[in-house]
Formats: sequence, structure tokens, C-alpha cells
Amino acid sequence: MAKLDSKIPEGDIATKWSKYKSKIKIVAPHNKRKYKVLVVGSGLAGASAAASLAELGYNVHCFCYQDSPRRAHSIAAQGGINAAKNYRNDGDSVFRLFYDTIKGGDFRAREANVYRLAEVSVNIIDQCVAQGVPFAREYGGLLDNRSFGGTQVSRTFYAAGQTGQQLLLGAYQALSRQINMGTVKMHPRKELLEIVVIDGKAKGIITRDLENGRIERHFGHAVLLATGGYGNVFYLSTNAKNSNATAIFRAYKKGACFGNPCFTQIHPTCIPVSGDYQSKLTLMSESLRNDGRVWVPKNKGDQRHPNQIPEDERDYYLERRYPAFGNLVPRDVASRAAKERCDAGYGVGPSKMAVYLDFASAIMRYGKIEANKLKLDNPTHEQIKELGKGIIKEKYGNLFEMYEKITNENPYEVPMRIYPAVHYTMGGLWVDYNLMTTIPGLYALGEANFSDHGANRLGASALMQGLADGYFVIPYTIGDYLADEPTTEISTDHPAFVDAENAVRTRITNLLSINGNRTVDEFHRALGKIMWDYCGMARNKEGLEYARNEIRKLREEFWKDVKVLGKNETFNQSLEKAGRVADFLELGELMVIDALHRNESCGGHFREEYQTPEGEALRDDENYCYAAAWEYAGENNEPILNKEPLTFEYVKLTQRSYK
Amino acid sequence: MRTMKLTLHIWRQENRNAQGRMETYLLDGVNEHMSFLEMLDVLNEKLIKEGKDPVAFDHDCREGICGSCGMVINGRAHGPWYRTTTCQLHMREFKDGDEIYIEPFRAAAFPVIKDLVVDRSAFDRIIQAGGYISVNTGGVPDANTIRIGKETAEQAFAAATCIGCGACVATCKNASAMLFVSAKIAHLGLLPQGQPERMQRVLNMIAQMDKEGFGNCTNTGACEVECPKGISLVNIARMNSDFLMAQLK
Repeated sequence: MAKLDSKIPEGDIATKWSKYKSKIKIVAPHNKRKYKVLVVGSGLAGASAAASLAELGYNVHCFCYQDSPRRAHSIAAQGGINAAKNYRNDGDSVFRLFYDTIKGGDFRAREANVYRLAEVSVNIIDQCVAQGVPFAREYGGLLDNRSFGGTQVSRTFYAAGQTGQQLLLGAYQALSRQINMGTVKMHPRKELLEIVVIDGKAKGIITRDLENGRIERHFGHAVLLATGGYGNVFYLSTNAKNSNATAIFRAYKKGACFGNPCFTQIHPTCIPVSGDYQSKLTLMSESLRNDGRVWVPKNKGDQRHPNQIPEDERDYYLERRYPAFGNLVPRDVASRAAKERCDAGYGVGPSKMAVYLDFASAIMRYGKIEANKLKLDNPTHEQIKELGKGIIKEKYGNLFEMYEKITNENPYEVPMRIYPAVHYTMGGLWVDYNLMTTIPGLYALGEANFSDHGANRLGASALMQGLADGYFVIPYTIGDYLADEPTTEISTDHPAFVDAENAVRTRITNLLSINGNRTVDEFHRALGKIMWDYCGMARNKEGLEYARNEIRKLREEFWKDVKVLGKNETFNQSLEKAGRVADFLELGELMVIDALHRNESCGGHFREEYQTPEGEALRDDENYCYAAAWEYAGENNEPILNKEPLTFEYVKLTQRSYK
Repeated sequence: MRTMKLTLHIWRQENRNAQGRMETYLLDGVNEHMSFLEMLDVLNEKLIKEGKDPVAFDHDCREGICGSCGMVINGRAHGPWYRTTTCQLHMREFKDGDEIYIEPFRAAAFPVIKDLVVDRSAFDRIIQAGGYISVNTGGVPDANTIRIGKETAEQAFAAATCIGCGACVATCKNASAMLFVSAKIAHLGLLPQGQPERMQRVLNMIAQMDKEGFGNCTNTGACEVECPKGISLVNIARMNSDFLMAQLK
């Protein structure tokens, strides 16, 4: 059994982090350059960590599978980033952000980590502005905010619908500055395929050069995984096509515990699936729920055009069920409510698996304000509408354009059709307060770890966590480990490196030699369907047991019948995909095992057997108030469950209510 | 739902040093709702089944924001749709029986790696030469102590939305990277935070741009037309003005 020591410092939650920071060990400036730190991934967490560690003087190597660090999938985040700045004077505070995040996560996150996240959130905004991130501003020149789900204050900073892009470019530029100074060596188009552990500590990685297949050994005194989430297990998700779980899954198989793998987030507002060829799903930002109203017809199977359905024949079901939060309930709640309506036969669109997100009333509301500002006398309906459209365009223009390109419908005139889709994974490698996994020297940052969002992440909190981990947590906590590590480098001729490289080569050779009949994508789609049907928005014991069996069968078939052409020594995208899907086929089973064991519903994990009479998630705090940290126990053995009990001292455990 | 049969002429090249050539493929049953890359996915699945090497192309987010994808489709970077990346182009643009020519982004500074995949690392090196504001993590002032007018913030943002795809270079008859470079120079140069390094930045980035072998701008404006994010030519004027000032200093 692994020993889970969360290393949460003693003391009051409000001063824990600052006291801890001033107490932990640090590495002297002249010694920092003697430590080599490998950062895998160049998204918000990876790029900010690599840049910040290099600024401190560490010798940093950063790896990404993309052709440039600027393309990491953080770039696609749309809506915004939370920070407890209280610039609105609306009662926000570090405690309130902490409280909202704990409650939003349905009481399955660690209080100390979440408080720290809320605390450093204010520094992130300062840092990004200093870097030149062009956040939206008001006429007076101060920063603007908007609202996001699961909160009753306005604390989300944004840059139109491209906040992730602007934040990532800020981190990328900070990283580029270090690359220019030679303090970071960047390795683009290189994928991690194995982690090297020596005497129980992470000491390096094995990578494959995606252009020429070269397998390389890299030594590091510490290894940081900032490789994102595993939503692509489901095949269809809002993740980038190449987002994968290989790095964290290799870590799991080397002994790092995997925390809460079944906690996945299904985002309520995505463009619905349109056909079998579909390669990915596209998110429509949660920020749209500030102004968009979600509804379905009151009558089953209503075939009328949405604009022909009168107001009193529409069911604004979120406003009806949750009057306090309305359209801005958290994601898990909004997703389940959409599924409930569609399953009950009220869905719209060709597939009937969609609901409307309607901007008509927001357009008129904004239009009237603008008409007043312009002092228009008796403006016509059309004039008001045009003015309103202008405001909506300013706020969400790029999202509306994207919607129109994909669906060929104009959302300024016709309500959007949306449906939930896999978006984010709250689970990930188990880490302690220092962000270290159960393998000493191996850290996980950002979406790759499990720490801050419990069973459901609130909107605009992923960007916050990625940057908090990279800019403001790891630069402090890594010193606590490295200060006790010898500065000497271990030769990459060490048997552990040789073994790890051999394992990688064997795996590649196996994949290339099967030469079966089915493509990698066919297997991936089949896995995705099992996961979505049985381990998606609603789960039950019977379905999960069935899914587990199906995944095992599929995995066996994969290793007998997959068809991967070509050689290792070339640019071979099929081979890249095959390795990733092979890992998804194992991780999918682990997710199912976790979902099966957790006999309760919480956040995004909804077990149909456990619900309140109103159909809300019903937790079992008596038996499941812990983080599940799964430990690999060898091929064909059941993984071992380790439990980290969660204690709530500052937020009272209650049934979550958004009514 | 409309389906179509297409004739695809695609650039195939094994690696950086190999001689490339156009090859022709017939693809039936293409659904009008597919994205262009989904159409290529279908082709690749078919090729794999036939034991033939699938067509390599860069892609990732498929939402038009990561800047990975990019090909020249019937002579136009990212294809015929205005302000659209390749991944957001949809097959309803085409009709049954169409012939489509698909080539990589071509420029001396963007060598072909395989098929439609090119090496755009020159862009990274240009940013590394100065496309940032030199602040370390920590020790910065409160965000609202820096006030920036809404209009200035919006202009900086508009320039900052460049996705670094390289369509401007592929489109320009001189393979100039000036739209890309100027977008970063304008983004940072418009903001108060970017002022201390403004002159050095433009000199360093332009020096790197020239070193990478990109051509010069002759103001034909094709880059602006084909840019999927609508980066404005005004940024090139801003850059030229800063460059002139920097040289005079």
C-alpha cells in the first residue's frame, strides 16, 4: 500500500500557505542552476512553471508534443479566469472563492489546497496584466468582470471568448524569454513515453521525437507533469485531438497513485453531435449562460421552429428548477438537467438530443440600454435588436462565428442548439500539498493532478489552477524536495534508463507488428462509446460492470487486431495515436473501477442508485468522504485503493443547493 | 443531407529531403456537414485499410484557435472561407464532382517535414528574440493600478489574437512574415506595460525575422485577406513606424 501523506501544514487556513512558504526549505541561488528540472507540457501550468523556475535559476528542460509550446490546449479555453479581487465591490473575498469552489466540487476536494488556490488567484491577475495580457476593460480603463456558474458574485476576468489564448500567450512569452536566455531548453514535437525511477525517485524520462522517431533519454533531478486531462478517453470531447493521458498513465504504472479517476466533467453547452464521422466536439463557453436562457418546448415533440414557439409554451427549466442561480447553476447540475429533459422526450433538433440556448431576450435588453444611451426617440424593434446584437457581438463574437461555421445557423437570429459533452477531468495524479505525487521527485500540475476541484469544477477555475500551480506554488514547493537532493547528475547509461528505453521500444515494435484489420480510430471510437454510455453523465452498477467487461474485451482485440502502418523512424501519426489509445484502453477501465466503487453520487459522478427525490446527487459522507488514490498492482491485478480522508473544518458539509 | 464524390490532389512528400509530388485520390460519400479535416480523416482511414500511408497533417484543437492546422486548398491558405482556419472549413462549401488541390504552406522559412506538415519553428524564434514584456513572476503591481483605455485595450487584443498559423507567410508572394511579427509588436507596443522595451523589441524581432529568411512586405495586403483571425495591415504600419523611430534613436 502506498502511504498517502498530504503534508497539509498545521494552523489556521488563512495563514497556512504564507507560514508554510516562509518555513520550507529553499535552494540557494548558486545551487539552483545545478538542478535540472524536466517540465512535460507547455500549457498554462507547464509554461508558467518552466518560465518561473528558470527565472529562479533552475536548469529547465521543457517538452511538448506540439510543434510549438504556444499550441497547448489551454489556448482553447474561452470564458475566463476567476480571481477574488472584489473589484466589483459585490462582496467577493478569498474565503468566498474558496467556499464556492469547495461547494461547487461537492465537498470532495482538500480544503487547504483550495484555500491556497483562492489566495493566489489575485496574484495571477496582477502577473498577467504585467505581462501584457489584454483583458477586457471598462471605459474608465479598469478591468472588467463577468459572472460564471455556481457563484453569486462577478469575479471572472476575460478577454472576449479567447481568455485561454491570451493567458497562454502570456505564459508562452515568459517561456520564450527564458528560452532566448538559454535558461530553458525547449523540446517541441517530443512526446513522453516513459518515466525513469531510480531508488524510488523520479530521475528522468524517455521521449520520442515525433518527426524522426528518435528515442531519447533525459535525466532530471525532478520531473513535472503538466500534461493536462484525459477527457479523450471518451473519443468525443472538447479536448484537442492529440490531448492524451500517456504521461500521467505511465506515471501511474510506475507507482504514482491516480486520484478519483471517475470524476469527469460533462460540460452543458457544447455543439451537439451531428454524424458518425464526428472527430471532436466544440464547446460554447459557459459565459454564454450570463445572457443566454436555456429552454425546451413544453410540449413533447414540438416540431415548430423555435422562433414560432410562444413564450408561454417554453420551459426555461433551469430557471424553473433553480430560481436562485437560474441559468448559472454549476456545470454538472446544468448537464444533468439537459439530459433529463432530452431523455423525457423534450429534446430539439434533428437528433432530439439538444436544448436551446437563446439570446433573444438579452439582445433586446442590451438594445434598450444602448438606445437609451444614444437618446433615440421611439426606436423601432429592429433598431433595438441591431443595437443589442452589437453588444452581444462584442462579448461573444468569436463564439457566435464558430457556432455558425459549424452548424450553418445564425445564433443572432435562431437559438443555439446545445448538448452536454465531455470537457474536463477533475481526477488526475494524486498529489500532496507540494504537488508531489506518491513518487518522490515527480510532480503533477494543472489538470494533470486531482487536487482542487473535487467532483465538479466551476467555470473559469481551470485557468486559475493551471497558473496558480505554475507561477505561485511549484516555484516554492520544489525547493523543499531539491534542497535535500544531491546536485550530481545520474548518467543516462544507468540500467533504469536502459530498461525504460527498452520498454518503450518493445511497446512500439509490438504496435507496429500486429498489422491487423481495424484502425486505431475504430478502437478509440468503440472505447468512447462504452465510456459515454456507461460511465458518462449517469452511471449505475450494472452498466459499469458491463462496461468493464467490454473494455477488457476491446483491449484484447486491440492488441490482436490493430493496424498501424509504417515505421518508428518516421513522422508517423498513426503510431502516435496507437500508443495513446493503448493507454486510454487501460485508463478507461480504471475510471470504471473507481465509478463502481464509489457508491454515492457527487458532482459529476452521478450514480443513478443514489439521488434525492428531486433527482440531485446524493452524497454519502459517512462512507465516501475521501479521495480515492488508486495504486497500480501489476498487469491483470486489481488496483489497490488508498484513501485520503477529507476533513472539513471551515466549510460545513451540507447537501449542495442552488435552488 | 447531401453527400458528394470528390477528386483530391494532395501533396505527398516522405520527409524533409525527399522529392514531393501531387497524388490523386477519389473519395466518395463525403457528407456536407463534415469539417475539411474530418473529410481527410475519412480518407486516411480508407488509406490505412488499403495498407497505404495516410496523409500527414498538423491539427489539434479543431476549433480554430491553436494554429496547428493549415494547408493551401485550391490555391488559398486555409481554403475559400473568409476568416476561417482549415479545421473550421466545412464540406458544404464543395459540390459533388469537385476537384480539390491540397498543398502545404510553402515558404523557404517553412520547410516541409512530411506531406502537409511544415516546420514553423522560425515563428517561435522570432518571439524568443523579443516578443514579450520582461517581468519575472511575482513582485508586480496590483492589476488595476495600470489603467488602459477600452479602445487601446481592444486594439491590443485584436493584434494579440494572432494564432501563429503562418497563413500570412503562405499567402504572401514574398513569403513575408510581417503580419505575424507586427501583430506581436503592435500588441505589446500599444500597451503601457510594453513601452520600456518597445524600441529594442522591434529591432530584435525584425533582425530575427530577416535571419529566418522571410521576405519583405510590398503592401499587396494578401496576408490580411487570408488571415483567419483578421489581423489588420495597420499593424505593419505600426511596426514600420516603430522600426524607423528605433533606428533614429
